[in-house]
Amino acid sequence: MSGIKKIATRESYGNALAGLGKEKGNLYVLEADLGGATKSTIFRDAFPDRHIECGIAEANMMGIAAGLSLSGIVPFATSFAMFAAGRAWEQVRNSIGYPHLNVKIGATHAGISVGQDGATHQCNEDLALMRSIPGMVILNPSDDIETKAAVTAAYAYNGPVYLRLGRVPVPLINNRPDYQFQIGKGIVLREGKNVAIFATGLTVSASLDAAGMLAGDGIYAKVVNIHTIKPLDIGLVKKTATETDIIVTVEEHSVIGGLGSAITEVVAEENSAKVYRIGVNDVYGESALAEELLAKHGLDAQGIYDKIRYVLQLLTP
Amino acid sequence: MNNRELEQIANEIRIATVDAIYHANSGHPGGSLSAVDIFTCLYFDEMNVDPQNPGFEDRDRFVLSKGHAVPGLYAILAKKGFFPEKLLRSYRKMGTILQGHPDLKKTPGIDMSTGSLGQGVSAAVGLALGAAELDKKYRIYTLLGDGELQEGQVWEAAMFAAHHKLDNLCMIVDNNGLQLDGSLKEVIDPGSIDEKFRSFGFYVIIVDGHDMGELKNAFKKAREAKGQPTAIIAKTIKGKGVSFMENVVGWHGVAPNKEQYYKALEDLKKAGGALCQA
Repeated sequence: MSGIKKIATRESYGNALAGLGKEKGNLYVLEADLGGATKSTIFRDAFPDRHIECGIAEANMMGIAAGLSLSGIVPFATSFAMFAAGRAWEQVRNSIGYPHLNVKIGATHAGISVGQDGATHQCNEDLALMRSIPGMVILNPSDDIETKAAVTAAYAYNGPVYLRLGRVPVPLINNRPDYQFQIGKGIVLREGKNVAIFATGLTVSASLDAAGMLAGDGIYAKVVNIHTIKPLDIGLVKKTATETDIIVTVEEHSVIGGLGSAITEVVAEENSAKVYRIGVNDVYGESALAEELLAKHGLDAQGIYDKIRYVLQLLTP
Repeated sequence: MNNRELEQIANEIRIATVDAIYHANSGHPGGSLSAVDIFTCLYFDEMNVDPQNPGFEDRDRFVLSKGHAVPGLYAILAKKGFFPEKLLRSYRKMGTILQGHPDLKKTPGIDMSTGSLGQGVSAAVGLALGAAELDKKYRIYTLLGDGELQEGQVWEAAMFAAHHKLDNLCMIVDNNGLQLDGSLKEVIDPGSIDEKFRSFGFYVIIVDGHDMGELKNAFKKAREAKGQPTAIIAKTIKGKGVSFMENVVGWHGVAPNKEQYYKALEDLKKAGGALCQA
């Protein structure tokens, strides 16, 4: 399934901003002294006058973004997820969310795939934090193509958007002519009747690989890419839950408050299907290579495959 | 507008402020009353605003970073004609456009939603940067509490504003010396506020925040200052104009009872009468 070329969604983000910046003169990028890592420097190199360095002061950066948006500028406030969603949560809630301002938050280095920087920089809580803010749109693209589409859609949407981006290179999975990105619409990547996998971000690729492995065992998994965590594609979730008894959610995020929670909330009220969540199980991360951490937390293809085999075995009389 | 006219308006605003808080049975009288003369001078003399067209692009902007002082600002906006004065008694009540803290989506004339201390300043700095980037001539004013200076975000914003040489920005500190739990000196003493802003790169003016002449002059000097933002340190009296509220910590966030309300009106009307006769 996976293409050959891998690119990190943070880099796709920088490229997408630089691309969109050519035609959109009111697009500004704010940075909190992590430009080399968030890749906002790609935009800075192209449009230095529209790249605002805020220094190591994320709370203020969110307020600056709020003020700029009130001036008619479309700011993309950029930092690591830990600082954008974590440190500056209340600024995002009160100065951006509550007045529903047209601010975009580009949050890179989300999840445990941050790797060797360790637990202080691995944000497994950002989806939970952002989901709790009324009116916040949350996008979590799965590859380069989807990140570019998400950046374009975020710009076109009038209101606050949180873009979740990763540090590690991920394979291309959306390189097909009929690919379409629409905020709030999940994408069915593979049909299957035995189990449905809802995945988001970099786990979509691993989920597709896991589905391939399961097919070898005669188990057919439907794979849905949920690139928009909020508003959730409730229609698709409900429909899927009527068609299969077993749903597995996969996210590089705590099992508390993210995709797994969002889908469980819908299914629990509407359907009888069982939902199993794969994610970070209410623990902190640690220093290690990204692929080692993803494997440890069952978020690589093998981990997803193993979990689904285990669940099916549990449910088989 | 001459100083005496401004003082008369400020007196009416104080009456409307106390009236709104009394009828809500909730609100922050002390820090609202300390800021009334600043609001009055800004909206009736300094700022370019249009109540008939609250959102017009080239208006001056005001961000009330100490959002709890909003009943004073609501009284000003009503007096200017942004909304009917009778709405002031709906402040803090179910369904009102006059929320407990400023809400730009609900109230005509409010330029930014605030209330969580330290955040309005950053938004004001962002507005000033936006105006500078887009080559707009309008100015940005923001009012902070002196207790608010304990929020680190204020100093993040100050550093940013000076770095970007935002001379279209005028910060005003309502320096009444008291906060919820006591005096600033007791809670966390900010030390020399003017020296702090000066060292951050601001043009600093210290004024009597209840003297219209000094306030007008300070706003004029702020307009003329080039290459750096201005901080006006306005020395004020918390609860100004109501004898039993002046300089009393306990009047930070409680409404007067009926007896206190009538006593407050009596004080203010007496002061208003004196202004008319003088």
